[in-house]
Amino acid sequence: MMTQIVFYVFAAVLVLSATMVVCARNPVHSVLFLILAFFNAAGLFLIAGAEFLAMTLVIVYVGAVAVLFLFVVMMLDIRFAQMREGVQRYAPIGAAVGGVLLVELLMAFMHWRVAGNIGQIRHLVPSSPARTNTAALGDVIYTHYIFLFQTCALVLLVAMIGAIVLTLRDRPTGRRQNIDRQHDRVPQDSLEMLQVPLGAGVAAQGGFLRPRDSYDVAAVPGTYGTEAWRQSEAEEEIQTALVVVAPADGAKGQDNG
Amino acid sequence: MDNAIEGIGLTPYLSVGAILLVLGVFGIFLNRKNVIIILMSIELILLSANINFVAFSAATGDLSGQVMTLFVLTIAAAESAIGLAIVTVYFRNRGSIEVDDVTMMKG
Repeated sequence: MMTQIVFYVFAAVLVLSATMVVCARNPVHSVLFLILAFFNAAGLFLIAGAEFLAMTLVIVYVGAVAVLFLFVVMMLDIRFAQMREGVQRYAPIGAAVGGVLLVELLMAFMHWRVAGNIGQIRHLVPSSPARTNTAALGDVIYTHYIFLFQTCALVLLVAMIGAIVLTLRDRPTGRRQNIDRQHDRVPQDSLEMLQVPLGAGVAAQGGFLRPRDSYDVAAVPGTYGTEAWRQSEAEEEIQTALVVVAPADGAKGQDNG
Repeated sequence: MDNAIEGIGLTPYLSVGAILLVLGVFGIFLNRKNVIIILMSIELILLSANINFVAFSAATGDLSGQVMTLFVLTIAAAESAIGLAIVTVYFRNRGSIEVDDVTMMKG
């Protein structure tokens, strides 16, 4: 009885928060309701006995995916009011498609039944009460489903590389390692042996000395932040940029149509 | 927890899954302007598939469904990462994330 009450509480909050995900005016609220929905789905998984998946759902979704959504929603400068303009136009279509889908699912519900010989089916992986859910899943994943597991890893690798390649902007203004210049350096360029009198300190020598021929432009006074430097950086950025950035005033990119 | 699904039955789980699926599809149509909410709706649809997998896995006493759920979770995470990366690049180039604006390759 208690289990049923808990189930229906979780299910009701799940459905309500899923409704709010699609109906909320503010995308930030949508993401927060998505987090709530996934928490309640994890509760449903727990009731079904899938403890490992419930914890994975919380970790992967609440810990990673939802935070990713939240970052993107907050990072992009979106005009929220404009977002809701087409709702009245699209709501009837959405309601129609959703209603048809719901009716079809109800028809499917009414006409399916469990096969009579379900008990005789040889289970590939019977879940036994002797082992915990996590241990049983571990037994299976690394034996029967090793190919699936490694495909998961490959998919994640491809997704990671793809996301990095898509969003990486090659910005020459960033300080990066120039190995050739580092190798070309000789000690005479940057190192000078001084005879400092006993007790005189560096102030008597004119303070700390800058390298005469520096690797880093920032180390030579008068070269960093000057107009000539800024122009050369801008030229280099135009030559090496991967994407042409839209103007900052929000003007749209040009169509080729 | 020894199969608490016995006390609830399979049908409530499948109903929750069906409602989530319909809500996700409805959300895709409702939020044509905002790609991010469309991505969230896709997450809801995948979650409904996961709920069905877990319910049948618990009802039949076979763990294979839970392994499939793990796979679906991985795919969903990868999909949302790639989708959000595309949204970021698109916003950087066009200054909006409206689906109706994606006509640059129309010729």
